[in-house]
Amino acid sequence: MNIVVCIKQVPDAQSVHFDTEKGTLVRGEAEAIINPFDLHALEAGIQMRDSYGGEVVVLTMGPPQAEDALREALGLGADRGILLSDRAFAGADTLATTYTLAKAIDRLGPVDLVLCGRQAIDGDTAQVGPGLATRLGIPCVTSVSTLEVLDDRKTMHLRRVCEEGYDLIEVEMPALLTVVASLNTPRLPSLKGKIRARKAEIPVWDAQELGAEPGRVGLVGSPTQVVSTSVPKFEARREMLEGSPEGQVEALVARLKEAGIL
Amino acid sequence: MLRVDRKKCVGCGECEEACAFEAICVKDNVAVVDPNVCTLCGACVDTCPEGALEISSNSGEADADLDLWRGVWVVAECRGRALAPVSLELLTQARGLADRLDTALTAVLMGYEVGSESQRLISYGADRVLLVEHPELAAFIEEVYGNILADLVRKERPEIILAGATAMGRSYIPRVATLLETGLTADCTGLDIREEDRALLQTRPAFGGNLLATIVCPRHRPQMATVRPHVMKVGVPDLGRKGEVISISPKEELLKHRSRVLESVKEQAEGPNLTEAKVIVTAGRGLEAKENLALVRELADLLGGALGATRAVVDAGWVSDRSQIGQTGVTVSPKLYIGCGVSGAIQHIVGMQGAEIIVAINRDAEAPIFNIAHYGVLGDVKEILPLLIQRIKKERG
Ligand SMILES: Cc1cc2nc3c(=O)[nH]c(=O)nc-3n(C[C@H](O)[C@H](O)[C@H](O)COP(=O)(O)OP(=O)(O)OC[C@H]3O[C@@H](n4cnc5c(N)ncnc54)[C@H](O)[C@@H]3O)c2cc1C
Ligand SMILES: Nc1ncnc2c1ncn2[C@@H]1O[C@H](COP(=O)(O)O)[C@@H](O)[C@H]1O
Repeated sequence: MNIVVCIKQVPDAQSVHFDTEKGTLVRGEAEAIINPFDLHALEAGIQMRDSYGGEVVVLTMGPPQAEDALREALGLGADRGILLSDRAFAGADTLATTYTLAKAIDRLGPVDLVLCGRQAIDGDTAQVGPGLATRLGIPCVTSVSTLEVLDDRKTMHLRRVCEEGYDLIEVEMPALLTVVASLNTPRLPSLKGKIRARKAEIPVWDAQELGAEPGRVGLVGSPTQVVSTSVPKFEARREMLEGSPEGQVEALVARLKEAGIL
Repeated sequence: MLRVDRKKCVGCGECEEACAFEAICVKDNVAVVDPNVCTLCGACVDTCPEGALEISSNSGEADADLDLWRGVWVVAECRGRALAPVSLELLTQARGLADRLDTALTAVLMGYEVGSESQRLISYGADRVLLVEHPELAAFIEEVYGNILADLVRKERPEIILAGATAMGRSYIPRVATLLETGLTADCTGLDIREEDRALLQTRPAFGGNLLATIVCPRHRPQMATVRPHVMKVGVPDLGRKGEVISISPKEELLKHRSRVLESVKEQAEGPNLTEAKVIVTAGRGLEAKENLALVRELADLLGGALGATRAVVDAGWVSDRSQIGQTGVTVSPKLYIGCGVSGAIQHIVGMQGAEIIVAINRDAEAPIFNIAHYGVLGDVKEILPLLIQRIKKERG
C-alpha cells in the first residue's frame, strides 16, 4: 500500500504564558514541533504499512529547517521523507498549500491513501486535507477516529466524528483521511529508527522540480491576505470569592443571578 | 515578504524570541530576516512593540470581473431535517452585511425533505432560498454537497458565501473553495465590510487564540468564510417576512460519489452539544476520580448545559475525546463556563477564553485559571460542587 502522510512543523504552544499585568498571552521562545494531529496520521500510516506492505512517504512543505520534522518522522518508522521547500512557497494560504502538496503527490505516482492531521495547531484551519483531496480527485473523510480496511483492500470503513456522535462511512480507495487524536497512540522513536533517520537522505523539491506555476504557490498564489493582526485582550476580571465554602457558593449564586443565568 | 522598518526597529529582540523558525536575529541593533527560512507566519509582527515589522504582498490590480459577483449567500445546515442553530446566527449576521452592500441575501438549503425550513430562513432575513432536495442528499456526503454548491456558485456568482464552522461545514466548504480556486477563511469570529471596495473583513483567532488576524480575499470571488457557531447573535424572526423559494433538482453527474454513510450514531443522549451549549461545566483532573464526574454531570444538567473536559480527563479515559475543550479539542464560547479542578493550561484556555462568564473552582490559589476567571472559588471540588448543586436546587424551589 502506497501511503503519503502530510506533516507540518508548527510552533509549540507550550512556550506561551499569560501576562497578568497586561492581560495578554505572551509567546516565549517558541520551539518547533510536529503538529500533534499529524503524529496520529503518521502512526496510522505506519500501522497500515506494517499490515499490508508498501511504503510510507512523509511530505512537508516548509522552510529548510522543516527537515527536522521529516527526520523525526523517519525515526518513528516512515520509509522516506520529502521536503518541499522554496522561497517562493512562503506565505502560502491553504489554496496555495494544497496546490503545492498535490503537485508533489502527483509526482510520487499512484497512491492508495493520503493521511493528514485534522488541523494544524498554528493555523487551525482544517482546510488543507479536504482541499488536497479535491485537487487529487479522490474522496475525503474528515475527523476519522477509527479505520478498518476491508478484505478487498479497496474499501475502508471509518468513523467520522461530528458534533452529536459519529457517522460510519464506507469509502473507496484511493482516499484522503484527516485524523483525530483518539485514532491511536503514536509510538516513540526506536534507536534503530533514529540512526537510520540521521543518515537518511532527504530530497528537497522546489517549485521548478515540481513544475509548479509560479503564480499559484506561496504568497502570490494565495487568494487570502492578512491585513492586520492583534493580540486579544483579556479583561482584568479576576474576582476571588471569599469566605467559607458555603459563603463562596452563596456569593457565586448571587453573581449568576445578577447575570441572568439563574 | 517580511519587511523590517529600520527606522522604527530598536533591536529589542522580541521578534527573535517569537519566531519558531529562527528566521530573525538582531544584528547591529536591528532585526534581520532570513527570507529563506521565514515562513511569513506573522507571529513576530504583533509582538514587535515598535510596529517595525510588516508582511507585504505583491497584491495585483483589481480584477475587472469582480463586479460581476453580487449578493450574499448563507449555506444553511440541516441535522436530519431540522436547521442547525448556526444557520440562524449566520443569517442574522449576513442580513447586516447584505444591507451594507445593498444587495440580496440568499440561503442555500440542501437535503431531503427539508423544504419546510425555507420559511424559517426567510423569517430570519433571507430574501430567497435556493432549495436543493434529493434522496441522495439525506445523508451528508462531502463530494455531493460540495459539487452541488460549487455548481450553483458558478451559475449565480455571489460575492460572499458564509457557512458554519461545524464538522460538516469544515469538511466540504474547503472542497467548494478549491473547486472555485478562491480563498476561504476558517472559523471566523468576526465579519465586517470594508466599504471602499466591498471587501469582506474576516477576523479569526490563529495560533491557538493567541493572535487575532483579519483576512481579506481581494482579487478572487466569491469571498468565502466558515463562521464559528455561537459567536454571532441570533436576531428576532419576522414571521410575516416574504421571500422567494426556488427549487432546484441537482444534475445526475453532481450526485456521483465514492463514499457513503452506512449509519449515523448519536452518542449524546440528551442535552445540548458542546459547541452550541449556553452553559458548559468542565471536568478537570482535580476531580480526582471518575466517580466524581457524576457531580459535574449533575450540575450541567441542572443548568441545562453540556459537559466539557480537559485533555487530562480525556486521556484518563473518563470521557470521550468529543468533550475535550482546547487547542486539540473544540473551541467553545458559552455564556457560562465552570471549570471544576481545571488548572488552566494554555492549551485549554485557548479553547474557552471566549466564554462570557468564567467560573473556576480549584483548591490551588496559584492555579493559572484564576488569572482569567471572573469568579474564583477556592476550595475542594468534592465539597464545593455538592453545595452548589444543593443551593441551585433550592433557588429553583
Ligand atoms: C500539544 C498539546 C495540546 C494540548 N491540547 C489540549 C487541549 O486541547 N485541551 C486541554 O484541556 N489540554 C490540552 N493539552 C494538555 C494541557 O497542557 C494540560 O495538561 C491539561 O489541560 C491539564 O488538564 P487539567 O487542568 O484537568 O489537569 P491539571 O493540570 O492536572 O490540573 C488539575 C487542577 O485541579 C486542582 N485540584 C486537584 N484536586 C482538586 C480538588 N480536590 N479540588 C479542587 N481542585 C483540585 C489542581 O490544583 C490543579 O490546578 C495539550 C497539551 C499539549 C502538549
Ligand atoms: N505545509 C504543510 N506541509 C504538509 N502538510 C501540511 C501543511 N500544512 C498543512 N498540512 C496538513 O494538513 C493538515 C491540516 O492543516 P490545516 O488545514 O493548516 O489546519 C495538517 O494536519 C497536515 O497534515
